Amino acid sequence: MGEKHKPKLAVWKFGSCAGCQLALLNLEDELLEIAGAVEIAYFLEASRAAVKGPYDLSLAEGSITTPHDAERIREVRRTSRYLVAIGACATGGGIQALRNFADADDFVRTVYATPKYIETLAESMPVSDHVHVDFELRGCPVNGRQLLELTSAFLHGRRPNIPTYSLCIECKQRQIPCVMVSKGTACLGPVTQAGCGALCPAHNRGCYGCFGPMETPNPEALSEQWKRLGLRDEEIVRAYRGFTAAAEAFKKESEAREKQAIQS
Amino acid sequence: MTGFPAKIGSRAVLERRNLQKLFDVLSTQGYRIIGPTVRDGVIAYGELSSVDDLPAGWTDEQEGAFYRLKKGEGNALFHYGTGPDSLKRFLYPPLVRLWKARREDSGFRIVEENDEPPKYAFIGVHPCDLHAVAIQDKVLMTGEYADPFYALRRRKVFVVAVNCVKAGGTCFCVSMKTGPKATAGFDLALTEILEEERHYLVAEIGSEAGASVLREIPHKEASASEQAAAEEAVAEAARRMGRVLDITGIRDLLYENLEHPFWDEAAHRCLTCGNCTMVCPTCFCTTVEDVTDLSGEVAARLRRWDSCFTGEFTYIHGGSVRASARSRYRQWLVHKLAAWLDQFGTLGCVGCGRCITWCPVGIDITAVARALREKKAAGLPAPAGTPEKQGDRHEHACR
Repeated sequence: MGEKHKPKLAVWKFGSCAGCQLALLNLEDELLEIAGAVEIAYFLEASRAAVKGPYDLSLAEGSITTPHDAERIREVRRTSRYLVAIGACATGGGIQALRNFADADDFVRTVYATPKYIETLAESMPVSDHVHVDFELRGCPVNGRQLLELTSAFLHGRRPNIPTYSLCIECKQRQIPCVMVSKGTACLGPVTQAGCGALCPAHNRGCYGCFGPMETPNPEALSEQWKRLGLRDEEIVRAYRGFTAAAEAFKKESEAREKQAIQS
Repeated sequence: MTGFPAKIGSRAVLERRNLQKLFDVLSTQGYRIIGPTVRDGVIAYGELSSVDDLPAGWTDEQEGAFYRLKKGEGNALFHYGTGPDSLKRFLYPPLVRLWKARREDSGFRIVEENDEPPKYAFIGVHPCDLHAVAIQDKVLMTGEYADPFYALRRRKVFVVAVNCVKAGGTCFCVSMKTGPKATAGFDLALTEILEEERHYLVAEIGSEAGASVLREIPHKEASASEQAAAEEAVAEAARRMGRVLDITGIRDLLYENLEHPFWDEAAHRCLTCGNCTMVCPTCFCTTVEDVTDLSGEVAARLRRWDSCFTGEFTYIHGGSVRASARSRYRQWLVHKLAAWLDQFGTLGCVGCGRCITWCPVGIDITAVARALREKKAAGLPAPAGTPEKQGDRHEHACR
């Protein structure tokens, strides 16, 4: 391998908190090894030095929220062999997708002294809504282990082992008793993709759905169970409107419950 | 210790105060002791260091999608229903590294690993779970595809069963003929008796290993009245069984109704989350993952629990064979209660009730089987001869 050219890695930021980029920087034990295996060509969170494209692997963090973002992600796509959307914003719109359920202009008028300086899209959407992505790595933030697995798989031309099944499978494998069954705590685990290691249930909390919808989600059936646990429709709407509110399955269910909340 | 001959089939009595001795003897013999203990609000299997780790005075209440830890009767040690885990976690762990390899000039070399699995002694195993182990033995230790990893763990096991004197809310071992009394597969089987002034255990000896362990613990021959008390306690549990599953002709009932519209209804509530298969003590499906490190110098093959409720499970070129909740739910149930019989000569269900308790929406295998039987009896139409290929055409109707 020694003489071969090292693949060029770029990390891009869109509408986000930079937490997923930090997840990459937090891989302290492996960071030097990553830097040895790839040429970190563009990663402003880590270094001001920027190498021009094209890039072999681009990681895009954040949702697309402005006309400028929408233009920039097309440019990133053009200059990248592989484009991977990382994190809840890039894959599910992020917390800022709450604007999708209201009038964005109202927010602009309320928040900013001079609204005319603000150029924003009506909706905060995942990267895949604008350009083709080769893979989506979920999470708020992404899981460091999964990021490493993705990088290893990319470097060696194999398929990454990133499950798309429910969080419950992870909970059960880790021997965490179901918080919904044993404590009556509402949990999004059954409709949420695994990957975090069941962090919240391991601390006696219900899952907040950071990893977005699992492969075949059935939020309607879960909501019915939550109602049996005593939750009101308004509370259910709030649960689905978390970190991945723009993800289709969660969006649909929150809208359906909102309609019911208004009717009742 | 009187002249009582501790031999297979005979019954002795241990006083509760002497039970610690059982732990001591097993520890001395090098066993890692696994048994029920209160952890995170449930009674689950965990490593026990002494008799004090047992759930004394605790019990549970179980229903569909419902489990609550409760204060029980007196200081009973074994008055609990099955917890979320079975022996599967220990004998067939959720994650096993099958091999590891290191790159060499022209290829790779397998790294020798000599990690001996632990020698387990299980205490407090319910009869349904003993049957589950017998089923897994058949699946994993016989035939062409025997699993050496399972066999290695399984062969060293010492089992102290506990006959159920408290029926759980979701279990149905009487229907499945797997309990509430242990009949085979144990070294010792205990029945716990709590009387006003006395707390003792009637121990049936199931093996030579069991007899030799018992000889080291203070015991005496069980009297006729002590034996009768044990029998009655177990009979009482049988009478209070929470659920019933009529298995008469169950295989044909399922095979003849594979395309019944009923499956849409059953699947409508299914979350395809896979909980039922994770907690099932007989479900044995796994997947393998090949992993490399960043340098590409080390590779490994991992085996991980999988589930017929995941898309990946039936993924072949172009997509998943079972794409809908309907087809996945039907696959699981028909395998458990019908196809298993053809494959392994036994049903794949032992009536432990875990899939009912731990299903987040409480789908009840006994209710589903009953509903299918009733719909069939009521003559509701089953579309005849619908080709299996069209099994997924109801997908959108499920949502």
